[in-house]
Amino acid sequence: MWGFAPSEDKGKWGKRFWASFAVCGIVLALAVPLLNTWVPPDSSIAMPDYIVPLLGKYLCFALLALSLDLIWGYAGILSLGHGAFFALGGYCMGMYLMRQIGTRGVYGNPLLSDFMVFLNWKELPWFWWEFDHFAYAAAMVVLVPGLLALVFGWLAFRARVTGVYLSIITQAMTYALMLAFFRNDMGFGGNNGMTDYKDILGWDIHQSSTRRGLYIASVLALGLGYLVCRYITVSKFGRLLLALRDAESRVRFLGYSVTNAQLFVFTISAVLAGIAGALYVPQVGIINPSEFSPGNSIEIAIWVSIGGRGTLIGAIAGAVLVNSAKTWLTSAAPETWLFVLGALFILTTLVFPHGIVGLLRRPRRIRARAAAPMPAGEQA
Amino acid sequence: MGVRAARFVAILFVVMAIAAPAEADDFASLVGRLAGDSFADKEKAVTALGAQGDPRAVSLLQALTDGHLLRGPDGRVVVSQTAGETTRLRDAVTGEDISRTDPDSLDRIIVNNRLRGAIEGALGALSLFSTDPAVRLAAARDAMKHPSAPEAALLEKAIAVEQDPEIRAAMRQSLAAARLASGSKEQRLAAIRVLGTTTDPQVNNLLDEIRANRDLDPALREAADAALLSIGNRLKLVGLVANLFQGISLGSVLLLAAIGLAITFGVMGVINMAHGEMIMLGAYTAYVCQQLFRAFLPAGWIDAYLGLAVPMAFLFTGAVGVAVERSVIRFLYGRPLETLLATWGVSLILQQTVRSIFGAPNKEVSNPSWMTGGFDPIGGFTVTWNRLYIIVFCFIVLAVLALILNRTSFGLHMRAVTQNRAMASVMGIPTARIDALTFGLGSGIAGMAGVALSQVGNVSPNLGSIYIVDSFLVVVFGGVGNLAGTLVGALSLGIANKLLEPLAGVILGKIAVLIAIILFIQRRPRGLFALKGRTAEA
Repeated sequence: MWGFAPSEDKGKWGKRFWASFAVCGIVLALAVPLLNTWVPPDSSIAMPDYIVPLLGKYLCFALLALSLDLIWGYAGILSLGHGAFFALGGYCMGMYLMRQIGTRGVYGNPLLSDFMVFLNWKELPWFWWEFDHFAYAAAMVVLVPGLLALVFGWLAFRARVTGVYLSIITQAMTYALMLAFFRNDMGFGGNNGMTDYKDILGWDIHQSSTRRGLYIASVLALGLGYLVCRYITVSKFGRLLLALRDAESRVRFLGYSVTNAQLFVFTISAVLAGIAGALYVPQVGIINPSEFSPGNSIEIAIWVSIGGRGTLIGAIAGAVLVNSAKTWLTSAAPETWLFVLGALFILTTLVFPHGIVGLLRRPRRIRARAAAPMPAGEQA
Repeated sequence: MGVRAARFVAILFVVMAIAAPAEADDFASLVGRLAGDSFADKEKAVTALGAQGDPRAVSLLQALTDGHLLRGPDGRVVVSQTAGETTRLRDAVTGEDISRTDPDSLDRIIVNNRLRGAIEGALGALSLFSTDPAVRLAAARDAMKHPSAPEAALLEKAIAVEQDPEIRAAMRQSLAAARLASGSKEQRLAAIRVLGTTTDPQVNNLLDEIRANRDLDPALREAADAALLSIGNRLKLVGLVANLFQGISLGSVLLLAAIGLAITFGVMGVINMAHGEMIMLGAYTAYVCQQLFRAFLPAGWIDAYLGLAVPMAFLFTGAVGVAVERSVIRFLYGRPLETLLATWGVSLILQQTVRSIFGAPNKEVSNPSWMTGGFDPIGGFTVTWNRLYIIVFCFIVLAVLALILNRTSFGLHMRAVTQNRAMASVMGIPTARIDALTFGLGSGIAGMAGVALSQVGNVSPNLGSIYIVDSFLVVVFGGVGNLAGTLVGALSLGIANKLLEPLAGVILGKIAVLIAIILFIQRRPRGLFALKGRTAEA
């Protein structure tokens, strides 16, 4: 079977990697909070309070993009339902935050959230039980998307549903979930979703210190997610995934269990997406069913492909860049945003199939090609 | 209540008039009595006129309430008709023009409130005998609401002269309701049997009252029970037929939306996310054609705008499709997931373009008059013309497309290119042109689907995104590259959706269908009608 022993390429985990990873992590985790706290607000390098959760949101999207890149860029599985795992993680966190509101809601009911009182419910539905414990909610953030991915993936990969067909049924999955969550009697707040949160772990969610904490948590989650993805992709298993992406039948004929490999990576990816969603919700302060809409999931694919599909750093860069552009354009020139996004979709697929990272790497690769003699196999 | 009471009294008088033929006279003498001095006598004459069922009485009584009925010096009754400047006088009985009579010699016939009540009742009764079938039908249905013995007598009289079967049926039903309220036991039993064959919800209430009334004969209550049961069964059947029709209608809409995709996705292998926007462009073409007809052509021509909209939508969206194929998709053949992203980009641009030109709010596209309304085939549910025409249109489109694919050289080339591009090229088929035309054909059909959809729903920039997920599911469910599969897929999804709706509600039904498809694709990853052999692995 496949193992996780690192491949012979020792440079992947060398000192240079750890040094650059640590520098990036520390800069990301410390610079923003420090600039936010200690630099006087009128200074030109100051971080206004509203920027911190915005950057935190981008980092959550980066983790989400990373999770999609792991399955699409490496294993060739394009899920168009990854927004569903993200939203499910977000809903688990949202339920915890709703339970923390307690008697401070409009109706002041200690047990039931406002929308339940509004629907005239008398008891807390069973699936809301225990969500007042953070540990339970955190476990659910991992378990709910993970289990859904496990079951869905088991059904799909066992039947060898791949490629376009998998994309379409994952899209159908997120569409079905969207319809379900839009229903008021599902018990998740219907089309209004859940909002108006008060505290997280006892800290006021609107405090700038809490927001800085959430931002640092997002940096940590992204860093860990990156390490997990890197660990998977540079191991022998990662090579298997690449082989799967390029020639699935051949891998099967060589005796590997394609189903298990796909199922494993799909589930890991869904869990990462769920964690991203859970960190996203307290920073934006709302979760509603539109997160499930098929369009959102397709947008994740464009972050990845703009950044550079099949490179982890590309997925992160793509998510942050596209979302920064979105924030800027939707306020500066709202009408043009969809034109720009549409043009980005077309241009990246036509002109830059390897994304930004591919664009940056190309000169280096060409230089390397010119210096080294071409291996015999590639001469054809 | 005042009017109803007056009406009841009036009908009662009418019936008394029928029951006492000695007093009933010919039309002329009754009209003459209207000119008398005694209000009581006038009232009797009015009710007798109502009971006679003579159509001439309608305009006469209307003139009487409006104060246009005059009495001449010789006691003859005259109707004054004012049209613009001129007033014409006619003899109320013969209709002879007597405008030269000196107006000063005429007195207006006075009406009091009591008489007005009688006139209203008589007019109500007369509407059962009106010359306008629509009025008669409305009166026959209206009679259901106040069942009484006098009403029954009137209805019997009306049924005897009625020719139209639909109105007769409505009158029989109302007569049964009236008998049920006031007849003898045998009449009531017969009435219950008649009512048991209907589906009107009002009948249910009437029968329920009978069943609940413990003072009545047990035989009557049993009969009412049986009638209610048979009504319930018939309602279930009607509900089933109605759901089936709506299912076929939804299926035809899905089919129209999916046929174009069956070509661009099913035949060419392009995951065309801009397909929904092609539908949307077709719907906006219909809107533009309608506005052009409204602005530049005589009002009567508006009904013909669809005749322009359908070909225009085909040509316009087809041209957009060719442009998209030439500029974007031709670089991406063989990389389906990348066509997905690029066409998604195209769809965003098309959506935003339409939103910038026409604005975000819904646009109204009205049905031409020959598509409005509907008919009731079995009683209880209406088949609307617009849905029926869309079903027909959808099958025509499918048939024409099947002909093009299987019987023309373009279709042959198309199949050759999609099955083996290199070989087709070697054989001299211009593959690039065939690709562009095929994509144009798929897009053009989507445009025509948009015209059809504009007839049953709103036209907005988001129109396409509503159908895109469903369209893909239809194509995948039916089996990629197979028109018959698309047909079966669309119809079965439509019908399944509508049959599940009453059981589970709209949203849950839809979710159930989605889950069923997801599970189905696990069982048969290549759809209902999978291609077999070498082409399947391509």
